[in-house]
Amino acid sequence: MQRLFLPLTIVVAAMFAYAPLMIANAPFESTMLLVQKIFYFHVPSWFVMFSGAFLCAGASAVYLAKGSRDADHYAVTGAELAVVFGLMGLITGPLWARKAWGVWWEWDVKLTLALIVWLTFVAYLLLRRYGGPGSEKLAAGVGIFGAANIPFVYYSVNWWRTMHPKTTVVPTLGPGMRGAFWFCVLAFMLLMVLIVAARVRLERQRALVDELFLELED
Amino acid sequence: MTRVRSAWRVLLVWLLIAAGPAWSLTVSAQQPPPRPTKPAQDEFVPIDQLPPGEQLPAAPLLIAAYSVAWLAVAGYLFSIWRRLDRVDRDIAEAGRRLPRI
Repeated sequence: MQRLFLPLTIVVAAMFAYAPLMIANAPFESTMLLVQKIFYFHVPSWFVMFSGAFLCAGASAVYLAKGSRDADHYAVTGAELAVVFGLMGLITGPLWARKAWGVWWEWDVKLTLALIVWLTFVAYLLLRRYGGPGSEKLAAGVGIFGAANIPFVYYSVNWWRTMHPKTTVVPTLGPGMRGAFWFCVLAFMLLMVLIVAARVRLERQRALVDELFLELED
Repeated sequence: MTRVRSAWRVLLVWLLIAAGPAWSLTVSAQQPPPRPTKPAQDEFVPIDQLPPGEQLPAAPLLIAAYSVAWLAVAGYLFSIWRRLDRVDRDIAEAGRRLPRI
């Protein structure tokens, strides 16, 4: 991964520089017009949030089953991604809603569940930061339960009556919108790969520092 | 002429998306208080006859949204870079104190 890191960084930077042009070229949606263009970063940010949450849950399960330190590093990384990109989604969504719905926030099932999942991963990180020794296992449980809520967030728009656009929006996007949307999703997912690589390296280095200082104390 | 106009439109939207961070601070101050929208039942009012406070333009919201996205990504990458730098310095420090490493 270390050899791929720099070329991938260049590719991701180029994609993020080109994305605004693709978004600008995408056709306007007939009812929402300009404000609909928030969608091209809003939805990919949730894709990364969900992927981070699943990474956290999967790695936490491995950590609980095998005690692998590396799995724990991936779990922290996933939780941090879930919090950062979830926050991005929770801010960009209301900016769209203000124009589309006339209000910043609605206690709609989708929005409320999304907020709960995000808060669960905030709780995970707080537990890791302030929980003291042994909090890793407790946090792993929190991470697994957090990710278990994600299918409810995703399908809530189909199961309950909500104001939020349904999951059918993405598969039915018109040709001009589809290209821009999937380009942004790819850019966000590649960015996620880069962040995971850098963040896991950081956790490994931290573990090494702890070992070195323990050795020094001995 | 149509191509020129279309190029201008693309440039404008691109500027809204990419150059948003510089404007984002003024945008937040300009937002009117939230007001739920209801479908018109008694009378239809053309949008240009609404009071200025109720004509909500989309551009500031778009700028704010993309500003948040760019700033969140940039801030997070910067924080990872700073933490990596700090931990590398700690490793170097420990290496100096443990000569056999």
